[in-house]
Amino acid sequence: MTPKVPSSLIYTDDYIEKILRGTRTIAIIGASANWVRPSSFVMKYLQGKGYQVLPVNPARAGEEILGSKCYANIAEIPDQIDMVDIFRSSESVGPVIDEILPIVVEKNIRVIWMQLGVRNDSAAMRAEAVGLQVVMDRCPKIEYGRLFGELSWSGVNSGVISSKRRRIG
Amino acid sequence: MDETNASKIQYQYGLETRTIHAGSRPDPVTGARNTPIYQTTAYTFDDANHAADLFNLQTFGFIYSRLTNPTVAVLEERIANLEDGRAALCASSGHAAQFLTFFSLLNPGDEFIASQNLYGGSITQFTHSFKRLGWTCNFVDMTNVENIKSSISVKTKAIFLEVLANPGGVVIDLEAVAKIANGAGIPLIVDNTLATPFLCQPFKWGADLVLHSTTKFLSGHGTSLGGAIVESGMFDWVGNADKFPTMTEPDPAYHGLTFAETFGDFGFTMKARAVGLRDFGPCMSPANAFYTITGMETLHLRMLRHVENAQVVAEFLNSHNSVDWVSYAGLPKSPYYDLAKKYLPKGAGSVFTFGLKGGYEAGVKLVESTNLFSHLANVGDTRSLILHPASTTHRQLTDAQRDAAGAGPKVIRLSIGLETSDDLLYDLDQAMAQ
Ligand SMILES: Cc1ncc(COP(=O)(O)O)c(C=O)c1O
Repeated sequence: MTPKVPSSLIYTDDYIEKILRGTRTIAIIGASANWVRPSSFVMKYLQGKGYQVLPVNPARAGEEILGSKCYANIAEIPDQIDMVDIFRSSESVGPVIDEILPIVVEKNIRVIWMQLGVRNDSAAMRAEAVGLQVVMDRCPKIEYGRLFGELSWSGVNSGVISSKRRRIG
Repeated sequence: MDETNASKIQYQYGLETRTIHAGSRPDPVTGARNTPIYQTTAYTFDDANHAADLFNLQTFGFIYSRLTNPTVAVLEERIANLEDGRAALCASSGHAAQFLTFFSLLNPGDEFIASQNLYGGSITQFTHSFKRLGWTCNFVDMTNVENIKSSISVKTKAIFLEVLANPGGVVIDLEAVAKIANGAGIPLIVDNTLATPFLCQPFKWGADLVLHSTTKFLSGHGTSLGGAIVESGMFDWVGNADKFPTMTEPDPAYHGLTFAETFGDFGFTMKARAVGLRDFGPCMSPANAFYTITGMETLHLRMLRHVENAQVVAEFLNSHNSVDWVSYAGLPKSPYYDLAKKYLPKGAGSVFTFGLKGGYEAGVKLVESTNLFSHLANVGDTRSLILHPASTTHRQLTDAQRDAAGAGPKVIRLSIGLETSDDLLYDLDQAMAQ
């Protein structure tokens, strides 16, 4: 069957792994307070791996999600942000990038990540034009699990072939 | 963008390399190079929060070996990798894998279509035991794929076939059936047991799920029962949500989690594991996974010799005076020769059938007279095997079902092993002379 989104996007394992290793702080746009939502699963997992995760959701601004203060928009976040993870529809990514571009230098943003099923080529090109690294149609939880061995525990094909010991996570 | 990353293409290892390495890196703590047998029932939690996350499927990790086990996981990833699939799940047998597959797809009242050319045990499972669960299987002669179209109804939720069918000789036009399944918005499930991913990779032709009895060629030495489900990750469950509520509706046992949404392209195997294995329990043992992993490391070498020997034996029988007919898709006169060239270019497998001019009596005499061929009910062993399907593997079927499956009273089935091919010819010749 044809998938919902054409997954013609090719990222090497090395490209993704460097992003995940080089990131400490992640803003999640579209974070949910409902713990059974995928965004909540992703946020909790990434927190467990030592990332500082900053939820962004105007409907929940001022409240706490999984112990972190929720912001109305990305500009409000006082800290530096390494990566912005976008949990929104593909069409909504354009306006999100509009918000991000003016604050890229101030917040030291380096990576724009769009979740599984989210793809916006023109927004991605605008982000890349100012030197941002972009990942589309991927989940950071799944990619972390895949590249650092945990997803293999559930029989997922990581594609990783290596005669070196796995680093313990 | 495509262009930016396309220049840095991921290196692709060959099938032989992946047969040996996929899924098994050295143990992170001890450096053990071979996959250890993790003979443990359960795994400790870091704290109560970690335990809760694991039970809620919010993080990856081991809880209890009915669900996941590190040795079994290596085999699962290796099979998924060889099939070029997204994920795999192992079960205690091929039949258990079939049960878990249909349990994860169907509700009572649902139907599916299966090829009439199947392993007899599968026909029995689908006809009788599945019926008691409210699942109806409609068998179709898929050697003409047009028959499938007329059998699809709104209740049809899947199409099932063996690309290289047991007891042998029949090859189904996989690509054509995949188009029909795709058009109907239902998954095509291929039992790839007799071909193995070395001879055929059904996902390349549009299959959505691949099943294996790992008991056969994958483990390869007649030591260990096992089964596997592999998912391509390409089936659009959400787009066909009306047909597959099991995949797309909130699961009450997991706090309303939706498998297709939460796990995306490995949602099916997660469902089969977290619900199917959890509640019915047919898990593979770590020891059987270990035997199967070890056996699989020579899959590519063994399959080459299996098909080479099978071709020699089939040609020998084809020109033997006592033999009436030979059904092997590697023989140019076989009606499936061209399909075999397309789907099984490295060889048409090593399980096939033939009939003796002397009919049933001569067949019984033959299976009792071999000295090297073992008379038993299995296929895919290093040893050559011989069987009379009508009185054994296909015994539970009606006469009509047996004939349709290519397992009539005069049929002898061979599974050609890795012995000296001349010795196999010698043994069959002396047995037919008895
Ligand atoms: C093609 C095929 N599928 C499924 C099975 C069932 O597998 P198992 O015996 O591992 O349950 C068999 C067993 O003979 C088989 O030949």
